[in-house]
Amino acid sequence: MSTQVLHTHDNHHDHHDEEVNKKVTFGFWVYIMSDCILFSMLFATYAVLHNNTYGGVSGKDIFEMPYVLIETFILLTSSFTYGLVMLSAHANKKCMTMFWLIVTFLLGVSFVGMEIHEFHHLIMEGHGPNASAFLSSFFTLVGTHGLHVTLGLIWMVVLMFQVSKHGLMSVTMRKLSCLSLFWHFLDIVWIFVFTIVYLMGAM
Amino acid sequence: MSFLLGKLSWDAIPFNELPAMLAGVGMIGGAIVVVALITYFKLWGYLWKEWFTSVDHKKIGIMYIIVAIIMLLRGFADALLMRAQQAMAYGSNHGFLPPHHYDQIFTAHGVIMIFFMAMPFMVGLMNVAIPLQIGARDVAYPFLNSLSFWLFVAGVILVMISLIIGEFGQTGWLAYPPLSEKTYSPGVGVDYYIWALQISGLGTLLTGINFLVTIFKMRCPGMTLMRMPIFVWASLCTNILIIIVFPVLTVTLGMLALDRYLDFHFFSNGFGGNPMMYVNMIWIWGHPEVYILVLPAFGIYSEIVPTFCKKPLFGYTTMVYATACITVLSFLVWLHHFFTMGSGANVNSFFGIATMIIAIPTGVKIFNWLFTMYGGRITYKSPMYWVIGFMVTFTIGGMTGVLLSVPGADFLLHNSLFLIAHFHNVIIGGVVFGYIAGLIYWFPKAFGFKLHEKLGVASFWCWLVGFYIAFMPLYLLGFMGATRRMNHYDVAAWHPLFIIAAIGSLIIFAGIGFFVLQVIVSIIQRKQNQDLTGDPWDGRTLEWSTSSPPPFYNFAITPHVNSLEPFWDMKQEHKKHPEKYANAPKPVYEDIHMPKNTSIGMIIGLSSALFGFGMIWNIWWLAILTGAVMFISVLVRSFDYDIDYYVPASEVERIENEFAQRKLS
Repeated sequence: MSTQVLHTHDNHHDHHDEEVNKKVTFGFWVYIMSDCILFSMLFATYAVLHNNTYGGVSGKDIFEMPYVLIETFILLTSSFTYGLVMLSAHANKKCMTMFWLIVTFLLGVSFVGMEIHEFHHLIMEGHGPNASAFLSSFFTLVGTHGLHVTLGLIWMVVLMFQVSKHGLMSVTMRKLSCLSLFWHFLDIVWIFVFTIVYLMGAM
Repeated sequence: MSFLLGKLSWDAIPFNELPAMLAGVGMIGGAIVVVALITYFKLWGYLWKEWFTSVDHKKIGIMYIIVAIIMLLRGFADALLMRAQQAMAYGSNHGFLPPHHYDQIFTAHGVIMIFFMAMPFMVGLMNVAIPLQIGARDVAYPFLNSLSFWLFVAGVILVMISLIIGEFGQTGWLAYPPLSEKTYSPGVGVDYYIWALQISGLGTLLTGINFLVTIFKMRCPGMTLMRMPIFVWASLCTNILIIIVFPVLTVTLGMLALDRYLDFHFFSNGFGGNPMMYVNMIWIWGHPEVYILVLPAFGIYSEIVPTFCKKPLFGYTTMVYATACITVLSFLVWLHHFFTMGSGANVNSFFGIATMIIAIPTGVKIFNWLFTMYGGRITYKSPMYWVIGFMVTFTIGGMTGVLLSVPGADFLLHNSLFLIAHFHNVIIGGVVFGYIAGLIYWFPKAFGFKLHEKLGVASFWCWLVGFYIAFMPLYLLGFMGATRRMNHYDVAAWHPLFIIAAIGSLIIFAGIGFFVLQVIVSIIQRKQNQDLTGDPWDGRTLEWSTSSPPPFYNFAITPHVNSLEPFWDMKQEHKKHPEKYANAPKPVYEDIHMPKNTSIGMIIGLSSALFGFGMIWNIWWLAILTGAVMFISVLVRSFDYDIDYYVPASEVERIENEFAQRKLS
């Protein structure tokens, strides 16, 4: 009798977990949509202000395309490796999940490091965000993306601890898939940054 | 010293400005009295356990509304000061408020009434009503709900502190640059504005996501989208608007902050900055914002009218489509806020016509309410007074709005008191009347007793009459050329009208007084007005099917719905076939899954207030410290996997039996 009660209770719990997971994933999608609007406003501002160089440098003068291309490939690869994180997690392979998380993390850190280096270089050359409206909007758009990636990296570390502690169970799986959404979303945003800011700017 | 206190010094406290000091002393005195009373009655533990750390949507809703009403008093005090100043400051008399202070007051009035009165009032009503109306046990993310509330409180704290430490913005409620840039507003006023709105705006965005998911994912079985109560529909549209436009506000204020703090050039005059960008962006948020406020009010009217006319709502489907239409159209009209700022005739005509079109779905709504009343058995309880007052007042406000939407007319009337009269006409007549009606309507649900009827009616008449006396003169003044935000004038013909307007504002003040009295008297006489049935108005929707106040889990057994007005239909069915339900079997209860209380929302909220304070006064160590506290709190929450519990079926049964006993006694 008592085991049966326990058993139904467990079912109840599983069912509940599943419902929570659905709610959280849906809500996270909605959050991503609102983040998308945040970026769209930054893009709109950049579009309006990108010619307002105030006699200073324009995109053509400062963008180093090979460097940015490497950055881009690093970030795109990290998106791929995060896909491998999810595949390993769904296959219930904890070690592989951790491994690919670490690879993704390292790629993400390299991306952020390269961006910081680019910003530092520009500021040292006197092309900081205070020099013109164009540079203000450039630094804000690209920097906001970089800030998002940084937050994603912190989140990734947090999840590594949680996965190693709790294993691949319902809650950690949900968190991994939310981060997955976030990470791929940032990738898509970067593709727009690369196209609209760098490629079109360098033309 | 500058490391410890940043820009903060004794000079920041306006000792030589009498009105500010009086207000500050009053505020601090009030706070001390409240704290003393709580300590005397030993309520801290109770408040902490049952309210501050609560994740129960009903309690969070009540807290929202309490803070909103406190802020209504603050915002209204600002209004009285402005009316008094303008009634006096004619000719040689310069009134009692110097421009420096007067400008802060009109800025604070607008900011407080929109962000810290109307928004929390609306969110509070959504919190109280929506989960009950859709047959859910809580919102989708109870913890996030608590966090949203405390972030909003952080904004309130910052605005209130600005009264005694430093100053508030002197830029008008939308802080247009270049005036709001460091060059022209070097003080901390605009910084208070930025951080108060940034922090509470984040809370609003989280609320929007929370309620959108709640409405989409947590409706009880059988409640299809087209069976949702209209208030739920209206709130759904409002939350969609919040999710779409609040990120825009965040970006806009973020850029203004970058301009001010790090010398960026988004909106500055020089270096290629573009102030028009700000004006566009703030109104891309700002116009939908007014629909965020008014759609739930429309929803409330749509709940009250059928209840007090004993008739289903006329044209439910058209009501839903009208609401959806307004939601979409609200994105296409932002430019009508600045027809005169150089967009040209073609652009202006587009936005003018789009604005006029909004009158059509709004008109549909008005006719739906009228046709619901037509042929109904109307009972004139106090919520119904507000509905009637709204329909007349809002229609007038809507028509002056259509008048303003004609770009040619707008060139004459923009920035005049005609505009001020128009938007108070729709915001007081539409939003405030609706929220007060909603408060009276759902009050017995939240507390288990009704509000005093006669005092409520007295409050209504003061509000209505006071409104017309206060704002009709402003229409005339607008035609006569009086501009808004005026500290002093020399036109003799304006003076009597300003005096009449001031008298009107005093009558509204009496209305607020009657409202406060109504609440106090109702609490004292709660035994007389007690409602043991859970259904004091003979309601039609699910929230009336549970006890008042509802148990913390709302519904012992999740309701199943197969019509638009399930509770009404059930009552009719019971009346028709009482024999069928006389010997109904005892319900079988199940364990109920509920979230645990947590203090993390409060910790993050209050730290964010200190963080904002640190940023405003450049006290960097404080900002870093509180930032770290917030970060660690998020981590603690993330690592906590034990966030919910089960209420055993036996406990549910005990609570339900108690309710049944009360009902019988």
